[in-house]
Amino acid sequence: MGKRKLKELQINREWCKGCGICAAFCAKKVLEMDELDKAVPVRTEDCVVCRLCEMRCPDLAIEIVAEEQIEEEDIG
Amino acid sequence: MAVKDYIRERFFPHMWCAGCGHGIVLNGLIRAVEKLGIDKSAIVMVSGIGCSSRIAGYLDFHTLHTLHGRALAFATGVKLSKPELNVIVPMGDGDALAIGGNHFIHAARRNINITAIVMNNRIYGMTGGQCSPLSGYGTLASTAPYTNVDQSFDVVQLASAAGATFVARSTGFHVQQMTEIIQEAILHNGFSVVEVMSQCPTYFGRRNRQGDAVDMLKYMQKITTPIGSKAKEQNPELIERGVFVRKELPEYCSAYDTVIRRAKEGK
Ligand SMILES: Cc1ncc(C[n+]2csc(CCOP(=O)(O)OP(=O)(O)O)c2C)c(N)n1
Ligand code: SF4
Ligand code: SF4
Ligand code: SF4
Repeated sequence: MGKRKLKELQINREWCKGCGICAAFCAKKVLEMDELDKAVPVRTEDCVVCRLCEMRCPDLAIEIVAEEQIEEEDIG
Repeated sequence: MAVKDYIRERFFPHMWCAGCGHGIVLNGLIRAVEKLGIDKSAIVMVSGIGCSSRIAGYLDFHTLHTLHGRALAFATGVKLSKPELNVIVPMGDGDALAIGGNHFIHAARRNINITAIVMNNRIYGMTGGQCSPLSGYGTLASTAPYTNVDQSFDVVQLASAAGATFVARSTGFHVQQMTEIIQEAILHNGFSVVEVMSQCPTYFGRRNRQGDAVDMLKYMQKITTPIGSKAKEQNPELIERGVFVRKELPEYCSAYDTVIRRAKEGK
């Protein structure tokens, strides 16, 4: 598989309850909690699209959109 | 399909507390169903009563919200009448093993093709933090303010001894493993039990000074280990995760069909 790139990291602020799970376990420290206790992406360029934050969010508030995957053949 | 296609969005944000592990189970279950590509209308989710049981309301499958502890009895009826449907029963630890303990062991003994997911937060969340058969010796609960002196069941050992043909354990921290196990459990032709260790920061966490949801997940990471790991040899206290039982035995609905056929043929 080719390396994935992040296109968009969406946080649904209406659904986020501020548990901090996504921010605490992101190995790349992409997310932080803001003053309203909502998760916000702050270093999206470091995201490796592991999707663990999306999978661990108890509130289904995170959506990771990856760039169209580049086929391995294309990369050579 | 996207995650939102599997939920009843009108009920969101859901009623669970911030950081409740039951939400992670909901998340993992949706991804398991998505990966399997099962049609939403080919799934029936039958639940009892408890914070955990509320999961059924949030999913856009056929759902049945029944009585505390009795979900497996309703699910048995559904499965026997519509064996072609996938029946999933999410349960709290109290729901499954206190009031529902008898239904649990007999469903396992019959090997009916149902997937039971025990969302084990070691407490009665919905009613305010009373101890459950999984709280464990020495823990604190509203009904055990000076520590609980009841030993707990081991869900995996209990389900295995009762005859479940697929038995596994994971945690809310190990989401990838949890999702894979739920997938396999749904595909398994027989009674499957998946214990997912889930955090209740509001009652179990607060009373037992386990901190917030993040701390509780870190703790789950620390106290569990894959089945048969080196770490387990060195520290027998560690709780194993993975698939413990995976075997084939006659499935209840098929066996029942055979009996009906015999009766019709008069022999
Ligand atoms: C017959 C009956 N007895 C008792 C209750 C009260 N009751 C509701 S939920 C519950 C226990 C919930 O604990 P658990 O099953 O572990 O689920 P959790 O809320 O922790 O997810 C109890 C005792 C009930 N609803 N019905
Ligand atoms: S895990 Fe979900 S609910 Fe918790 S802080 Fe992150 S986005 Fe919000
Ligand atoms: S996808 Fe992985 S790297 Fe990217 S923000 Fe989520 S946890 Fe961090
Ligand atoms: S009381 Fe516990 S189990 Fe119930 S929603 Fe809150 S955290 Fe979850």
